[in-house]
Amino acid sequence: MTTETDASRGAESKLGLFSRRVFISILSIVLSLVIGGAIIALSGGDPIDGYLGLWRGAFGKEKAVVETIVKTTPFIFAGLAVAVGFRGGLFNIGVEGQLFVGSICALIAGYAVELPPGIHAAFALLMGALGGAVWAAIPGYLKARTGAHEVITTIMTNYIALRVINWSISQNGPLRLPGSALPETRRVLDSARLPSLTDTTPPLHIGVVIVIVAVFFVYWLLWRTPLGFEIRTVGLNPSAARYAGIKVERTIVLTMVISGALAGLGGAVQVLGLLGYFTTGFNVGLGFDSIAVAMLGSNHPFGVAAGALLFGVMDAGMKTMQLRTQVPRDIVVIIQGLILLFVAAPLLIQPLFRLRQVGEGEQVSISATWGGEG
Amino acid sequence: MDEPVLRVRGITKRFPGVLANDHIDLELRRGEVLAMLGENGAGKSTLMNIIYGLYTQDEGEIYINGRQVEIRNPEDAIRCGIGMVHQHFMLVPVLTVAENLMLGMEHVRGYFFLDKERTIREIEALSKQYGLEVDPRATVEDLPVGAQQRAEIIKVLYRGAEILILDEPTAVLTPQEADDLFMVVRSLTEQGKSIIFITHKLREVMEIADRIVVLRGGKLVGTTTPAETSRAELANMMVGREVLLQVEKEPAAPGEMVLAVRDLRVLDDREHPAVNGVTLEVRAGEVLGVAGVQGNGQRELVEALTGLRKVTGGQVQLLGHDTTHAAPRQVIEIGTAHVPEDRHKHGLVLAYPVEDDLVLCTYYLPPFTRSFNLQPYAIETNAVNLVDAFDIRTPTVATPASSLSGGNQQKVIVAREFSRNVKLLIAAQPTRGIDVGSIEFIHKNIIAQRDAGVAVLLVSAELDEIMALSDRIAVIYKGEIIDTVPAETATREQLGLLMAGVHEAEAGD
Repeated sequence: MTTETDASRGAESKLGLFSRRVFISILSIVLSLVIGGAIIALSGGDPIDGYLGLWRGAFGKEKAVVETIVKTTPFIFAGLAVAVGFRGGLFNIGVEGQLFVGSICALIAGYAVELPPGIHAAFALLMGALGGAVWAAIPGYLKARTGAHEVITTIMTNYIALRVINWSISQNGPLRLPGSALPETRRVLDSARLPSLTDTTPPLHIGVVIVIVAVFFVYWLLWRTPLGFEIRTVGLNPSAARYAGIKVERTIVLTMVISGALAGLGGAVQVLGLLGYFTTGFNVGLGFDSIAVAMLGSNHPFGVAAGALLFGVMDAGMKTMQLRTQVPRDIVVIIQGLILLFVAAPLLIQPLFRLRQVGEGEQVSISATWGGEG
Repeated sequence: MDEPVLRVRGITKRFPGVLANDHIDLELRRGEVLAMLGENGAGKSTLMNIIYGLYTQDEGEIYINGRQVEIRNPEDAIRCGIGMVHQHFMLVPVLTVAENLMLGMEHVRGYFFLDKERTIREIEALSKQYGLEVDPRATVEDLPVGAQQRAEIIKVLYRGAEILILDEPTAVLTPQEADDLFMVVRSLTEQGKSIIFITHKLREVMEIADRIVVLRGGKLVGTTTPAETSRAELANMMVGREVLLQVEKEPAAPGEMVLAVRDLRVLDDREHPAVNGVTLEVRAGEVLGVAGVQGNGQRELVEALTGLRKVTGGQVQLLGHDTTHAAPRQVIEIGTAHVPEDRHKHGLVLAYPVEDDLVLCTYYLPPFTRSFNLQPYAIETNAVNLVDAFDIRTPTVATPASSLSGGNQQKVIVAREFSRNVKLLIAAQPTRGIDVGSIEFIHKNIIAQRDAGVAVLLVSAELDEIMALSDRIAVIYKGEIIDTVPAETATREQLGLLMAGVHEAEAGD
């Protein structure tokens, strides 16, 4: 039977597969917007009005555009982190925690040392990336050595990171801004702040440039280097990777390190580019939303950038939408949830549009790593 | 003449881009064995899956005893008296034979209690009637493969099958077990059952079939009987051109020692001993065949030699290096090519384009990588050359390997492994489940490697393949090399007995 179905799966050009994935993503977005609109209508609002408000909030003025870009940036970093993990066959739920650890490491590097401007910022960014990398290496090592599933271990490392950081900024915590009544940290020195390209609020900090470089770097790494070949081979077929002489355990740890470094860098950029300090609630949920971003972008860096932009637009626009049209901002969260649902379960929309089923092996499957090898 | 028990008319099934069955007409008469012959991809399985209700045909009708029926799912098929014995048994290993048979059709005593004894009595009756020897109380996983298969046949009979479809039933059996199966088949047909026997082994067809149908490319290309045809003619019908059934080769000229294995011990996945003290040697320019029924430690032996499995005892010497505990890449770099037994699990990344699968073991070396950058042009050129040299049928080198037929996937592996400059070739089941044309090609290439001075370790469950290619034959049984015999004097009977663990000296008693 296999051969017949193999053959039927055949004749699928790379381009066909690519455009089909894009198609699925776009369909998911459209469908989610339609359902979101229906919900707005049912709750007594005007969907067109609501979406127009969202659009104006995201692109209406120069300030809005800057806000959209700035909001998109961390989604890209975190989305790339998730995507690298997926490509390596790892479901890194720990991006959330790695982002926090990156923020805190950059923060400490930002106020505890004194360096010339520029160099200080670069150093703090590096520390953020390093922090995220080390934090991600732990579940990576546990998986490689003991087979502990990364979904479980990264959920745990998330809790640990979150709790330790909350404690450290609580009353009398070591990072707490002395004398403050709020749970917030000390400020980074000005020399560690990311320079801005505009004088808007929020500032268009150079993290935006860094993230664009990161997108191309991840593409280069995954598809143009032997290490990327190893990561993808391990992700698609760990048994074949071992057969080919690839050190699967080492590759798993490295994948997590790279994923964590991207997440950590994202956290560092947020701290050094925006607030200049850390407080509870800052970036909460970003690491989880980025899973949706990565899946929406088919775990491809360019797709991730596009998916992140969509989330950035919605995040930037929802305030204006609520203000101007009385459509509650929660609708955005609903739409984001629906998008994730449709992208994660393409079978839901395929019959609607008579799309051919994506053949096994072509997908980067999440479930593939469950109880599997490596 | 009687109405045929099963008749299909004009069965057509299209998959996107493929016509899997093209207006097939077929009849099965009461009490006959109809052998269905064809290469992989010829449409045999599609046709059987339609008859068994796993697929629905696009066109065509099915008649049972002259009455048209619609078979939408296996339950319908079972109701029509059709039973299928799959190549991979559908039994729950931890349950007993009786428990397996009861699944889904339990006899109940009172409202709560399973009546196991009644099932056991029924099994024993069936067992006796058809000469299917099996202990209903035995746990399935403890039974030898032949007995599991008999249990599977009883299960089908127990569900009232009049028509039995046997899908490649001898693939997992020793020659002796296959003979036992043939006796069962004859006893079934004598008592009025009708059998469709799917296979690609010509020898079996000639032995067991009353009539033979041959499928090629989704079409029925011929109907004949063993008396009217020959193996060569059948092979030609299957492939559509002349094929050489024999591999032509000169006597071997063994040279230096390449692989020396001493007292090797390896555990299987469940940590039970799988290889129990294997000692063997392979010299440059010779083929050592390892014959044996599947599951006698061959997989573990090969994995240990290639660094994929931990060695728990003994020693492996490869070209003077001690590779007992070497990593896979070390073994590869010393000069080993490995055609793995499971091409989907180990041999290929199915989602990769063919060009990437062709550099799976060499991607990090020049010319494919230079100063930390993969060289797409070099990778593509390499693929274009190999696709040409090894006659890999693929639309482009960027086509995913998953789109290729089994034979072409295997050729991708063979091309990759044979094109490297190697000293040792380990080929495990190199032609399993692929078409005759590809088998011929791969066999020729193995002999070409041998003649070029490569030491070849061939592990295969196909006795014909072992006998055709080997210079010496080592028979493995329960993880031990029970005997090594020169290929030119070995007979099927002798090897068959050894594969069943019977030493010649004992057999004479």
